[in-house]
Amino acid sequence: MNDTPILHVDNLVTAFDTEQGLIRAVDGVSFDVRAGRTLGIVGESGCGKSVTALSIMRLLPKPHGHIEHGRIMFHDQDIATLPADRMHAIRGYGIAMIFQEPMTALNPVHKIDRQLGEVFELHFPEMDNARIREKSVALLKEVGISEARERMNAYPHQLSGGMRQRVMIAMALAGEPEILIADEPTTALDVTIQAQILDLMVKLQQKTGMAIIFITHALGVIAELCDDVLVMYAGTVAERAPVKTLFQHPRHPYTLGLLSAIPRLDNTPKTRLNTIRGMVPSLYELPDGCRFQNRCPYAMAGCSIAPPPLRQIDDNHWVSCYLYR
Amino acid sequence: MNKKSPSEPLLSVEHLKMHFPVLGGIFRHQVGKVYAVDDVSLTISRGETVGLVGESGCGKTTVGRSILQLYQPTAGRVTFEGKDLTRLSRKEMRDLRRDMQMIFQDPFESLNSRHTIGNIVEEPFVIHGIGTADERQQKVKELLRRVGLSARARTRFPHEFSGGQRQRVGIARALALNPKLIICDEPVSALDVSIQSQILNLLLDLQQEMGLAYLFIAHDLAVVKHISDRIAVMYLGKIMEYADADTLYAHPAHPYTSALISAIPVPDPTCRRKAEILSGDVPSPIHPPSGCVFHTRCPYAVDQCKETIPELAAVAGGAGDNHQVACIRTGELRL
Repeated sequence: MNDTPILHVDNLVTAFDTEQGLIRAVDGVSFDVRAGRTLGIVGESGCGKSVTALSIMRLLPKPHGHIEHGRIMFHDQDIATLPADRMHAIRGYGIAMIFQEPMTALNPVHKIDRQLGEVFELHFPEMDNARIREKSVALLKEVGISEARERMNAYPHQLSGGMRQRVMIAMALAGEPEILIADEPTTALDVTIQAQILDLMVKLQQKTGMAIIFITHALGVIAELCDDVLVMYAGTVAERAPVKTLFQHPRHPYTLGLLSAIPRLDNTPKTRLNTIRGMVPSLYELPDGCRFQNRCPYAMAGCSIAPPPLRQIDDNHWVSCYLYR
Repeated sequence: MNKKSPSEPLLSVEHLKMHFPVLGGIFRHQVGKVYAVDDVSLTISRGETVGLVGESGCGKTTVGRSILQLYQPTAGRVTFEGKDLTRLSRKEMRDLRRDMQMIFQDPFESLNSRHTIGNIVEEPFVIHGIGTADERQQKVKELLRRVGLSARARTRFPHEFSGGQRQRVGIARALALNPKLIICDEPVSALDVSIQSQILNLLLDLQQEMGLAYLFIAHDLAVVKHISDRIAVMYLGKIMEYADADTLYAHPAHPYTSALISAIPVPDPTCRRKAEILSGDVPSPIHPPSGCVFHTRCPYAVDQCKETIPELAAVAGGAGDNHQVACIRTGELRL
């Protein structure tokens, strides 16, 4: 395994100007992505996981969102400060992204062949139409679409949710990216279809060697798919570890809380679940110090003074909590 | 559990069918039918939770709504405490709705955004003409406290609350008239994990205290299994399997149940998927497959499955009527 990261995010701060003031949806996030590996980013709504992805893609909503601080090194280029035209060359070839709801990401008035063809035209201007069509059909087959030739003439609404997500994956793979960012790609799908899509992603990764950043709120999906995990809470990194370490030796009280709050199939039915009391603080009213303090069963006096730094407590295991010094 | 009379179920649904017309052509005449619910039977006892689980379009929500007579069922009977709901007048039905309430997936859409939380929770009392204004306010305070909200919430509006809090408001409103049965339609699907567990605990506590019965409709088998006594697994308008929560998980008898269980990602990286991945998509309920509706995706389907419609019947060597399955190959399959 090549140990040099292809993507190195260092102290990323992404801010939004809103009517109620400036908020930092991502506040000091760092991680590495390596070829052939899958990094899972997990957290609840509003934790900043999607904003992290949009920052990497430089697709933050204009004019309110901007990268305030930090570096996003893709090989030796800093995406955070790259001019827009040079970013164009990275999107699709270097880093591609798929979204939760493929219906909104696909154009409803164009057939699949045109939408997929467009991606090839963009990435490979020298390709002629016959070749584009051939490549498109091959790609649809590769993502597991049966009767690919017929499906080329379908409109997005004629496809099921699972099929649409397969088309999205095909479009993302057209430029043969080194990194695929998948933002909750299976959340809108039924479990049996989710199983198909996850299986597809694993197979495609084995074949192409691309890296995957998989964003989800579902810890089950993380356990199944990822090599490394980043647990985010209210815009910050709570814990970062290889997947087995995270599930077997979770250290941050938030990770512990999340893991014990999920109903598991082997639980005794009708027993109370563990919960995390209260709720996520609003980004407008963040407490001083640790952002998890109001919900944390281990909160101490020092927690409200300054935010805990992310410390390494074991091989590749990082935690931001004063319980571990 | 406080089951007062285990012999007579609180609610019984017999051979319920709900077919919606599909309109087409220039004269908008009926060109087909959506077989949303096709011959579903189940019973719920006092203080019991029955889970209804299945993927989108399987008809689970339609079952819930047909029970409350929000739809006029095409065929079948719904009996609540011995009364056949399909034959009641509107007035009689309205009175009965006190006993049967519903909570929804998206508490934001089901709460009127222009009303204060106080008004929303008070409304059931107003509709049924219960109590004076002061008494009603007192009740509202009690209900809010019961679901874990402060009395100050009364003067605030739904948008000021998070998803979990709004679901609590929805639950408070459903509890207002002391119902015997609550139909919970995907009540925690839109919530984050940490909030989901709070709401599930609240539902369990309320059941213990008030002897409520729940029909718990959801697509997440892990959630359904956690809260239910018995579970019905639906696929394309039909019940495929019906069993105690533990039995269903430990000894699934239907290939669909087994696939559903193995498709759930387990939050443990040391036991990664034993690949039992169903191919294809759920067929359209407008043209359900012949014979067993699951045969197009079933890894064990034989030719006969295309012709014979399997009846829901007790699993041989199982727990009698407490474990039923609709599959002609039960017995020969080792799932």
